[in-house]
Amino acid sequence: MNLNDLLDPYQFEFFRNGVYVASLAGALCGLVGCYVVLRNMSYIGHGLSHAIFGGYAAAGLIGVNLFLGAGVWGVVTALAIGGIVRRRPIGSDAAIGVVTTGSFALGIALVERYGSPGRSADSLLFGNVLGVNSTDVWLVAGVSVAAVAFILLAYRQLLFTTFDEEVAKATGVRTTLIDVLMMVVLSATVLATMNVMGVTLISATLVVPAVVARMLTDSFSTMLVIATVLGAVGGFAGMNLSYHHDLPSGSTIVLVGTIMFLVVFVAGGRLRRRAGTERHAH
Amino acid sequence: MRSSVDSTSSTRLRSVEGGEAALPGGSALIDVESATVDYGGDPVLVDIDLTIEDGDFIGIVGPSGSGKSTLLRLLLGSLKPVSGAVRRRPGLRVGFVPQVERIDWNFPVTVTECVGMARSTGLRTPWIGRRERAAIRDVLERLGLHGLADRHIRDLSGGQQQRVFLARALYTGAGVVFLDEPTSGLDVRTRHEVLHVLSDLNADGVTIVLSTHDLNGIATHLPTLVCLHGELIGAGAPEDVLVPDVLERTYGSPMQLLEHGGMRVVVDAGPAGSIVPFRRRASAEERVGGAGS
Repeated sequence: MNLNDLLDPYQFEFFRNGVYVASLAGALCGLVGCYVVLRNMSYIGHGLSHAIFGGYAAAGLIGVNLFLGAGVWGVVTALAIGGIVRRRPIGSDAAIGVVTTGSFALGIALVERYGSPGRSADSLLFGNVLGVNSTDVWLVAGVSVAAVAFILLAYRQLLFTTFDEEVAKATGVRTTLIDVLMMVVLSATVLATMNVMGVTLISATLVVPAVVARMLTDSFSTMLVIATVLGAVGGFAGMNLSYHHDLPSGSTIVLVGTIMFLVVFVAGGRLRRRAGTERHAH
Repeated sequence: MRSSVDSTSSTRLRSVEGGEAALPGGSALIDVESATVDYGGDPVLVDIDLTIEDGDFIGIVGPSGSGKSTLLRLLLGSLKPVSGAVRRRPGLRVGFVPQVERIDWNFPVTVTECVGMARSTGLRTPWIGRRERAAIRDVLERLGLHGLADRHIRDLSGGQQQRVFLARALYTGAGVVFLDEPTSGLDVRTRHEVLHVLSDLNADGVTIVLSTHDLNGIATHLPTLVCLHGELIGAGAPEDVLVPDVLERTYGSPMQLLEHGGMRVVVDAGPAGSIVPFRRRASAEERVGGAGS
């Protein structure tokens, strides 16, 4: 394969848009995913994407803006989960299971009965690069700018809340506000990424770069940088591979991430063993 | 209860009569008046009167479930009383060192990041600039953590880990530092190390309030104790409160006091019967296991 073959797909606008969105969404998910993983909320990312599908279908039916409706639905779902856990003796994993699956089922029912608003149900569920247009590029760019601004401005409070919520609250950090804003950012991230990745694969783009980055560093700030870069690289490489090998974009991006995980997992184990024997030798 | 507290109380821990007037000026930092706390059911703390003054070094003792952690959280301000009042000196900053068991040791933070996350004033940039790094280094050096700034918090000894969280509390400019069971899970040597660090800080003017279940290892070494069992049973110097009457009402079972090398040692006077040898054996094994870890 020569350079021309590699550059071949870039003549198509849909592919360029797809690469922009996949790389940017990958970086965004990598960054936001660090907080999701470190707060042991990996499952909520998965659940939220399913819940938002219900909101998307419902918003289409009652005729409000799809993104606004689905976004509000996502935040309300996330807050409802917190509310249920506080008021009843139910674990958060079970509450997430009930609320988000219910919302997802509602979405499926509405789409089957009344048709899918905007895009086909398949592309919402599994992602579709052909459906990506310049609006999606701007949407992902806008959410990325907002998420980065939030994380930069509230960096220390976010880190303190993520690491040790009770102490952060006791020493004056407004942890409830930080939590709600983080949920808004997470919902917006899921929503903006849904078109490329599809509802069913979003949680992997949130979790995998963060997990790989965690294996590579013990520093929080370095983990954020590595996860963001890995997310972008995964999105970019996945999109190109999906074109050349005629594979679905979402699953190719996730597979690239999974390969990164395996490589770092195996290599990391070896490095650790070697470091261990060196330490013994001293 | 109040009378027994007042009669044994040292000058530092006094009854709150006149406490309100003392807060704005005076040496009172936190003043708890007739505070009752519950978590939606039966009260956990009833009618607590307590004044924390500048320079105090107080240990809160009591059995499991006696409300030690709840009292700490009340003083800290993360819990509000259902009745009564907690007043603090305006602008007072507080620091909190959680139990080591509650910390996520797999969380990716270096010592510098851990201390820096608590910055509560000025521009809180994501990065730690040269000037701030120097300020953090000063706090670390003060606590004997020189050269560990870039280590992950897991790669430290038990005593160093405690000191990192103390450094975090001091870095916020806290006037009072609260510690929840600072020596649980630590071996004897590390326990002494932590006690020494706390004594030094207190000598430097830092007010310290800690909870502990370790009567002989920690409590007897502190200048002031508060005995708690849902209500305040006694408060004052160890020689005043570590007496059979207060201990029995605090722990709900008779305790004996022994003198050993000028130190007071509290031992369980437990009921005589077949269960006693077993309990002694079990606790002896536990102590051996704990010291070895």
